[in-house]
Amino acid sequence: MSNIVLVIESALVIGGIGLMVGIVLIWASKKFAVEMDPRVEEIEEILPGANCGACGFAGCGDFAEKVVGEVAAVSDCPLCDFEITKEIGRMMGKEVTEKEPEYPIVLCNGGVHCIDKVEYVGIDDCRAVMMISDGEKGCKYGCMGRGTCVRACPFDAICIGDDRLPHINKNMCKSCSLCIDECPTGVLVMAKESEKTHVLCLSYDKGKAVKAVCEFGCTGCRRCVKACPEEAITVTNFLAVIDQEKCTNCEKCIEECKQKTIRTANHTTGVEATA
Amino acid sequence: MADVNLFTILMDGIFVKNFLVIQFLGLCSFLGVTKATESAKGMSMAVVFVMVMASIAAFVINTYILRTFGLTFLTTIAYIIVIAFLVQLVEFVIRKNSPGLYRSLGIYLPLITTNCAILGVVVLNTRLEYTFVQSVVHGIAAGIGYTLVMLFLAAMREKAEVLKVPTSIQGIPHAFFITTMYAMAFVNYFGVIPT
Repeated sequence: MSNIVLVIESALVIGGIGLMVGIVLIWASKKFAVEMDPRVEEIEEILPGANCGACGFAGCGDFAEKVVGEVAAVSDCPLCDFEITKEIGRMMGKEVTEKEPEYPIVLCNGGVHCIDKVEYVGIDDCRAVMMISDGEKGCKYGCMGRGTCVRACPFDAICIGDDRLPHINKNMCKSCSLCIDECPTGVLVMAKESEKTHVLCLSYDKGKAVKAVCEFGCTGCRRCVKACPEEAITVTNFLAVIDQEKCTNCEKCIEECKQKTIRTANHTTGVEATA
Repeated sequence: MADVNLFTILMDGIFVKNFLVIQFLGLCSFLGVTKATESAKGMSMAVVFVMVMASIAAFVINTYILRTFGLTFLTTIAYIIVIAFLVQLVEFVIRKNSPGLYRSLGIYLPLITTNCAILGVVVLNTRLEYTFVQSVVHGIAAGIGYTLVMLFLAAMREKAEVLKVPTSIQGIPHAFFITTMYAMAFVNYFGVIPT
């Protein structure tokens, strides 16, 4: 009999504590309620959720908050495709125009075709290599090929190929440009998808010096300047530069370039094997 | 046992009976949140805070409710309710009053709800029959001890990032190795304070 009393007593005490605590919590949740815009959660739900930080905010949740607070623009997420951006725009009551996709390209053809001036043994990272007299390569402008961009990419879209150059897989790239921020040499740049023809070299060295170290470097020979029907190419400091506004992708310069410096954008699609 | 002096309780909690490396309580948060010093700091702050609050609340519940009804066998359940309640309440309050603190502390608060270190403090308080002041000091001491070891391990793990660790013991196992070293160091405090 006393057992039953004990059980009922315990149940009452614990239940009582629970009830009290519950009431206080309900009161507290009303009293300390924080006004949250429901759109924040909705937007966060359709965001990619990669938390890569490419938008410049601390993760997708923060970005959603900033969009609703009108600190960030609707189209600031580089990962969202147009459909998602449009959906966010609809929630925010804003018109969104489609942006042309951009992918990073490597402005260097060197890799194994560019001689090494020293044998480097040390930390396997471009930034470490750069610290020692402009790197191990004969050319100080080119890609170091040590994979800093590979490690910076949160989507595994970059790999260093057999030619010791980064290859960007277009299908996996989300255009977040984190690799470009990390690259110490500046050979990685964003290029619009329609801009196909590029001078894949950044060397300001004189023609002879370039030829001495690299098979495919730009010598500033001006053949492309003459070949271009649109007058889109200029050579300054022994380096050809294509004005992408004028370029029509006629590929006449590619045919004319003796050094094979000018090429179409060098993206992979993940089908070909590069390791 | 209630006539232990406060300084002894303080030193006991921080060093001699350190909750993490001597009693091995609260290991989940210990290993989970020590990848970076910044988050270890946030977590420790939250733990210190909740430990003190829980010590106070548990003392009140134990003395005025459970003892009165002679239901001391219910301590564990009652404490779990109280700790969960406290954590939730604290979360509400700081979310409203200081969003900045909420952002740095808030994500760790739910982790604490079921942290055995917290429950350990209040259960020990009851078992050793500490008075109110002693309970609070024990809570503070346990919190400081926790913070100390959290910061130690976080600093060590950050440095260990650059080490070449065999693949089989990378990550958590390696952290356990470091923990063992710390535990061995802390064992030397045994007997420093005569009991």
